[in-house]
Amino acid sequence: MTALAAPIAPTRWWQGRAARRFISHRLALVGAIMITLLALACILGPSLLPYDSLHIDLRARFAPPLTGSHYLGTDPLGRDVAARLLMAGRISLMVGVLAMLLSTVAGTLVGVVAGYRGGLIGAVLMRTVDGFLAFPSIFLVLALAALLKPTPGMIVVIIALTKWMEVARIVEAEVRSLKEREFVHASRMLGLSSAHIMFREILPNAMGPIIVAASLTVARAILLEAYISFLGYGIQPPLPSWGNMLNGAQQYLASAPWLAIIPGAAITLAVTSFNFIGDGLRDALDVRGDLK
Amino acid sequence: MHRFLLGRLVQSLVLLVIVSVIGYVILSLIPGGPLSQFGLDPGLTADDIARLKEQMGLNQPVWVRYLDWAWKLVHGDWGVSLRDGTPVLTVIARHLVATLLLMGSSTVIAIAAGTWIGIRSATHRYSLFDYAATIGAMIALSIPTFWFGLVGIYVFSLKLGWLPAGNMYSIGDGSVLDYLHHLILPSLVLSLVHVAVWSRYMRAAMLDSINQDFVKTARAKGVAERRILMKHVVGNALLPMITLAGVQLPSILTGALVTETVFTWPGMGRLFYDSLGYSDYPVVMGILMFSAIVVILGNLIADVVVALVDPRIRLA
Repeated sequence: MTALAAPIAPTRWWQGRAARRFISHRLALVGAIMITLLALACILGPSLLPYDSLHIDLRARFAPPLTGSHYLGTDPLGRDVAARLLMAGRISLMVGVLAMLLSTVAGTLVGVVAGYRGGLIGAVLMRTVDGFLAFPSIFLVLALAALLKPTPGMIVVIIALTKWMEVARIVEAEVRSLKEREFVHASRMLGLSSAHIMFREILPNAMGPIIVAASLTVARAILLEAYISFLGYGIQPPLPSWGNMLNGAQQYLASAPWLAIIPGAAITLAVTSFNFIGDGLRDALDVRGDLK
Repeated sequence: MHRFLLGRLVQSLVLLVIVSVIGYVILSLIPGGPLSQFGLDPGLTADDIARLKEQMGLNQPVWVRYLDWAWKLVHGDWGVSLRDGTPVLTVIARHLVATLLLMGSSTVIAIAAGTWIGIRSATHRYSLFDYAATIGAMIALSIPTFWFGLVGIYVFSLKLGWLPAGNMYSIGDGSVLDYLHHLILPSLVLSLVHVAVWSRYMRAAMLDSINQDFVKTARAKGVAERRILMKHVVGNALLPMITLAGVQLPSILTGALVTETVFTWPGMGRLFYDSLGYSDYPVVMGILMFSAIVVILGNLIADVVVALVDPRIRLA
């Protein structure tokens, strides 16, 4: 067994075909660099700025960008927009990534079980997926966020609850086609348990599409958090998030347009980056999926 | 064909039942629930709450309550709005026209622009236009609709003063022209994402059919290039687009909620948002169910149309 499993030629991960194609996909690289810079800024930035994100200064309300050391201006309470933007970035990126992890794990579990078992269990699981997909996600998320207590953790759960279906569909289709392959028959003949076959033998072969879907899910989760926080049902102030910084910005659109423009630009930047990365990964991992 | 239709119909009905279960479970099992509206009233004693529970049938098992609710739903009794006692279906009907107007016009824009961009991208593959369309589409998919709306209001209403910043018509006016004037900005904003999706799918579908044998045959016969493109390639590429139109319904409704909120457009999305603010659960539930039904119907209609147009499915 061990002799057969010996690697053909030891290559470093960055020398592999996948990595080469990823790097050659310049947009993906741009996305990766942008998101790294953004994450670094959000992690390190707040301690470098002279203002705290919660510091209220009523004498400095509505200061436009580049007023003194308020590089991005101040909000209606005189809080520094730059400090709030970076703190909000921590929350928004964290919510996006955690919601992606949760929905990917849940979707993968459902997909693997439905695809491998098939039959009644598979049918029930996949019809449930169809059922969840029939609800426009923001309607569902808003209804849940309005009824439940909108703590950041709960927002993550709620977003994951409306984003797990796509992964489930992708994994189910992949597992269904993989389970008739020789290596699966061989594992079954060796007497391995179903759980072992599902998660140790089949799942690693379906990782490509899962990774691509996951990177695109981060983008959508960040957008969804922004939508519900903008509408006032997401992350609650004084905790800042990119979405809730825009909540209320509409009424000051004429006098303080930077309040609307800056957080929106941050959201667009982050979401674009994840979309670029997802697209690059799709090319690199040779996944043919939907084009969205 | 009949078997196909019957099969799809049964599938849709099953899905409808599943959707109703999901909707009911989510909204009825949540802490608080229908009684939360009375929770803030200090004049209510525990006895009153118990009596209310009895009256509303809340002490019965969940499945009995679900069947009761579903039975009423099928018979058109969707409950009444807690705000003013109007039947939920009437409230929805009142807001439906505004949403249809907005969704309809933005869908027309999206299909027209998306199809054109998709065709041009495919025929001029790897050209500057193609790259610009690819990157543009990805950025368009990343812009939050509400932010695009706010920027649109800032530029076109506040700075240039060309277009109104919200509402469906001006008070005291109400001419067709006035409606159109108010429609331009929200429908353009709502269509942005969909132009992006449509153009990407159209490009892929075009590239799929450009390399088909029947295109080579037509070319070998000496058919004019333009005729090949319009008749053979575009014609076939439009087929998957019909399915896409059905699949896109949920996201159009989603976009409509955000767009309607930003532009104070009196449609279903705005109604949903306002009803949440008033804890008007019957209306919230009604809109959730209504939109899910619309989505299922949309997918069903798209499948049927594809079957009617595509002989490969019809004759199978």
